[in-house]
Amino acid sequence: MALSRLSSRSNTFLKPAITALHSPIRRHVSTDTSPITIETAVPFTSHLCESPSRSVESSSEEILAFFRDMARMRRMEIAADCLYKAKLIRGFCHLYDGQEALAVGMEAAITKKDAIITSYRDHCTFIGRGGKLVDAFSELMGRKTGCSNGKGGSMHFYKKDASFYGGHGIVGAQIPLGCGLAFAQKYNKDEAVTFVLYGDGAANQGQLFEALNIAALWDLPAILVCENNHYGMGTATWRSAKSPAYFKRGDYVPGLKVDGMDALAVKQACKFAKEHALKNGPIILEMDTYRYHGHSMSDPGSTYRTRDEISGVREVRDPIERVRKLLLSHDIATEKELKDMEKEIRKEVDDAVAQAKESPVPDSSELFTNMYVKDCGVESFGADRKALKVTLP
Amino acid sequence: MLGILRQRAIDGGLAASTLRRTRSALVSARSYAAGAKEMTVRDALNSAIDEEMSADPKVFVMGEEVGQYQGAYKITKGLLEKYGPERVYDTPITEAGFTGIGVGAAYAGLKPVVEFMTFNFSMQAIDHIINSAAKSNYMSAGQINVPIVFRGPNGAAAGVGAQHSQCYAAWYASVPGLKVLAPYSAEDARGLLKAAIRDPDPVVFLENELLYGESFPISEEALDSSFCLPIGKAKIEREGKDVTIVTFSKMVGFALKAAEKLAEEGISAEVINLRSIRPLDRATINASVRKTSRLVTVEEGFPQHGVCAEICASVVEESFSYLDAPVERIAGADVPMPYAANLERLALPQVEDIVRAAKRACYRSK
Repeated sequence: MALSRLSSRSNTFLKPAITALHSPIRRHVSTDTSPITIETAVPFTSHLCESPSRSVESSSEEILAFFRDMARMRRMEIAADCLYKAKLIRGFCHLYDGQEALAVGMEAAITKKDAIITSYRDHCTFIGRGGKLVDAFSELMGRKTGCSNGKGGSMHFYKKDASFYGGHGIVGAQIPLGCGLAFAQKYNKDEAVTFVLYGDGAANQGQLFEALNIAALWDLPAILVCENNHYGMGTATWRSAKSPAYFKRGDYVPGLKVDGMDALAVKQACKFAKEHALKNGPIILEMDTYRYHGHSMSDPGSTYRTRDEISGVREVRDPIERVRKLLLSHDIATEKELKDMEKEIRKEVDDAVAQAKESPVPDSSELFTNMYVKDCGVESFGADRKALKVTLP
Repeated sequence: MLGILRQRAIDGGLAASTLRRTRSALVSARSYAAGAKEMTVRDALNSAIDEEMSADPKVFVMGEEVGQYQGAYKITKGLLEKYGPERVYDTPITEAGFTGIGVGAAYAGLKPVVEFMTFNFSMQAIDHIINSAAKSNYMSAGQINVPIVFRGPNGAAAGVGAQHSQCYAAWYASVPGLKVLAPYSAEDARGLLKAAIRDPDPVVFLENELLYGESFPISEEALDSSFCLPIGKAKIEREGKDVTIVTFSKMVGFALKAAEKLAEEGISAEVINLRSIRPLDRATINASVRKTSRLVTVEEGFPQHGVCAEICASVVEESFSYLDAPVERIAGADVPMPYAANLERLALPQVEDIVRAAKRACYRSK
């Protein structure tokens, strides 16, 4: 009893002393760039190449950045879900929540000179390349301040100055396009690589094998990244692929299977792949990942998988939770600091949504802009060609 | 009143045409003596690609057999030797793959010249031409432009059957975001291909296999390496005042022959060589029809929803009150291309078809 009182009094005595002792060693939220080495939970599996080491070099700053960027992406996708249900976003809306580790891990391994091209599930990839939240929301809501001036929509985000080439609606088309970007990098002697993202659904496309054949023949610095979230729309991998070992499907092209829910493993694999591609040509990375939402907002996502499966993955493999645990176990941040960060991010996203909602829709004249770079006095017509006829500038 | 005018026109026309024929014979004799240059369409295309590759290191050629084989139709002959394997790429037989790679290279700022051995094979890659190339500048609000040229022989050859004879002008020209060109003469081939390669937008360049070996006179100006023809402007190949015949590619030659035949019968036909299917030079076509009051459109491709249909609609919309006769369409027969020579002949427009349609438009026959 006395002891406890003593201890409690000593606690109050000691606490300020302890905080005083602590603060020079650990600041508010760690911005420490000194290296930390983390072991990936899951080993890499390789095909025709060596696996990279499971020990990933990182830093407090980087892991914190992972948390912040993934939390931002997660909130953005959830906000998009609400906007879609409120009918402010129309048409197709394919959400990436669950797959954030891929976007942030990849960015950590590369530069903006390296190119990325992906499918229609492109919101988070755009943000990862430096795109702004308000530009994304504006585009989703079809406003003129959107990243494609409202002319593209959810599936057509681009950021050429950060070597992000979209945003493609036709399943698999981005694969030869991405190999073409790699071709240009080699042609220009850029010493850069292209990451070509596609899903398990696209992995069976003929044009993948056509492009991969050429990439391997011509030693193009192309890294094919299969975001295997196990479902091509409503079709599970075992129903669509005779061989769902996507990292081996390149046959003569080396491949690596990666835990795509682990941002650090993704970073390691991408770093490894970049080095490989610059020296030896194409390589395939299969990222084992998962999407919480259905294929798109029209898909509840529960007709072809159980709710238990979805919640199971969320409990055990959620990429943000894993990084949170890492931050806490390595004393990089406290629970409260992380919660505060999430609150800030929530506000950041809400503000971006509000700002985007205020943006105007494109002028009617925008119907006819950007058809050509060089218009040469060409005519274009509206629905009633006698009522609306325009000479392109 | 009209009858008198028409009679006088015919008289004048006859005299004029005889005079023209004599004059042109004199001119050609004079220029022949002076060593007038002639060039085959094949050489015109080859020289155009060569010059553009020389001028701009971003231009490269890609396609099946374009390198070592010297080109399936020898259009890219000598380019591999001159520029090396880093500028001239032989591809495997994978249209979807290499077309997509070409478009991706164009996204990154290179200037690919992608050859389809014939445009029939472009159907395997059509998603990349339309969805990846044509629409990109629009969807990206100007961020991603695609300075690519898709070229190759289009339309019927001789005896190659149904799968190797289709004309794709109507299909590609219907797509906003593409430019579609169809040269006829050697000068067209040079000027339009050079313009296409320099153009920052995706261009579908429809050649014709049977024209490759044909020689045309070519001016000094057209031989200059800076020569370029404007995209979107048609050429009046032959002036006339009784009926306007509009066409493109090989059919221009047929239309000119038809015009000769019509002249013998006192009908003065104006022959317009479109050169550009998209953008379509509606202004030139309509100005001509407003002058002649009669229209005959000719194409080799399938008749339904064709290029001729668009031209006829345009003229009826814009120049209705100037028309003195219904618009006429001469097109390929509404059948897949047969093999037998006599059937193939029936499946394609012939000079007599064009003559007959022109006479119909002039109320000179049923």
